[in-house]
Amino acid sequence: MSATLDQLTDWVRRFAAEVHEHRDELTRLDAAIGDADHGSNLDRGMTAVVAALDAEPQPSAAALFKKVGMTLVSTVGGASGPLYGTLFLRVATSAGEVTELDGPAFAKALRAGLEGVVARGKAEAGDKTMYDALSPAVDALDAALADGDPLAEALRAAAAAAAAGRDATIPLVARKGRASYLGERSAGHQDPGATSVTMLVAAAADALA
Amino acid sequence: MKKLINDPADVVAEALRGMDAAHPELRVDHANRIVYRADAPVQGKVGLISGGGSGHEPMHGGFVGPGMLDAACAGEVFTSPVPDQMVEATKNVDGGAGVLHIVKNYTGDVMNFEMAAELAAAETGVDVLSVVTDDDVAVQDSLYTAGRRGVGVTVLLEKIVGAAADEGRDLAAVAAVARKVNGQGRSMGMALTSCTVPAAGQPTFDLPDDQMEIGIGIHGEPGRRRVPVAPAREIAAMLVEPVLADLDFTGPDGVICFVNGMGGTPLLELYLMYNEVAALLDKAGVRIARSLVGPYITSLEMAGCSVTLLRCDDELIRLWDAPVRTPGLRWGA
Repeated sequence: MSATLDQLTDWVRRFAAEVHEHRDELTRLDAAIGDADHGSNLDRGMTAVVAALDAEPQPSAAALFKKVGMTLVSTVGGASGPLYGTLFLRVATSAGEVTELDGPAFAKALRAGLEGVVARGKAEAGDKTMYDALSPAVDALDAALADGDPLAEALRAAAAAAAAGRDATIPLVARKGRASYLGERSAGHQDPGATSVTMLVAAAADALA
Repeated sequence: MKKLINDPADVVAEALRGMDAAHPELRVDHANRIVYRADAPVQGKVGLISGGGSGHEPMHGGFVGPGMLDAACAGEVFTSPVPDQMVEATKNVDGGAGVLHIVKNYTGDVMNFEMAAELAAAETGVDVLSVVTDDDVAVQDSLYTAGRRGVGVTVLLEKIVGAAADEGRDLAAVAAVARKVNGQGRSMGMALTSCTVPAAGQPTFDLPDDQMEIGIGIHGEPGRRRVPVAPAREIAAMLVEPVLADLDFTGPDGVICFVNGMGGTPLLELYLMYNEVAALLDKAGVRIARSLVGPYITSLEMAGCSVTLLRCDDELIRLWDAPVRTPGLRWGA
């Protein structure tokens, strides 16, 4: 099974809807260890993304994800703007000027996105960031595809891995971003970036089901 | 939430409208949320740009004008501006001598300014250098944090570097002054209350009436430790001691001593604090060469203060004393 351009667009729209629905929850998580703006910032960016896609449907996967990335860089600010923006821009480059992505191409694009996040944010495993949910998700996606699972099923495994990674950020002491200023006091709180990126992976599983 | 606002979503845009109306000597690009001095670009002078989240006023927009910044990019409350803004500002303040970006060390600010410098170089060919301020001794500078935050030194740096640029120095020399100021300045802050981000609608953290936070930044984030409220004399010691422990300020040329209000503390209390800080510095053998007291780098309506010391020499004192004419700082001009 391949992901069509309509399904990829639907992925982006579902992510926007999830962020909008849970914006207050994301902001609450950020208030505990950051600066109380993750939900409102990402919601503003994804609302702009949806408006841009409504105004002008994109002709290819590369164009779609480039539009998403550039819009996020231009509207979100904070750390989330460059991080999510770079993620989508790298996905765009990896995906290329195609209208369908098969399982391996989708997995390769998502890994490129992860590598973009690492390049921009310099995060490593256990730093209590979005990396801690996205990295296991990308690994799980690769593993499931290697086992011969269809993309839809592999994405469900990826979403479960992201959720587990998100939950595992709770006891961690933050070593990146504003939460790191708290030192030990950041432990006991779920990371907001890991939470929103889990929504991104879950939205992919739903859109490509 | 009780605030003088219309709609939480419009706070930054409407405040910029007010700045524009109040200060004809400034020019505001409302679409890009950039405050310019009206005569920018100044030919032959290094352009100075800063920017950051809103909620720290008068920083940065209030420091735009002759003797200080050429432009300031305003983000949402406590959120870095986006690269498009810095690229646009860079184009418009370049008078042929290049542009210096003054960036406070926060993850979002650094990433957005990094992307802006890459884009500006690619799109405009303007020479851009960046300097990052990181003077907050409350944060342990280690591999395990995002590094020290840029706080009070940013104000002193923008003033001093503005004077250096006015003297006609080239971009590398202006950047060198900026790095020197950052290297010789240290800060420590505290909060008596939290603050409320308009879009969030409730205080960023709970702080009981009998408690205070020591080692806060400027974004309503909790500090390093929470302790019972104490007399001003003891609070001053909690702020001054870690600053003095981090750098030797006993040189013959003295320091600029900056007691900053976080937004909700009256000048009466800030001067009371200055009195305590000055006594502690005297006892420690630190000579005060110049002073600044008031709310200059704030955290919305947070009550509290910070203390910044900048080790001086003749050059820095001369640049500090040079004329400046901005909404937030104004003397000699």
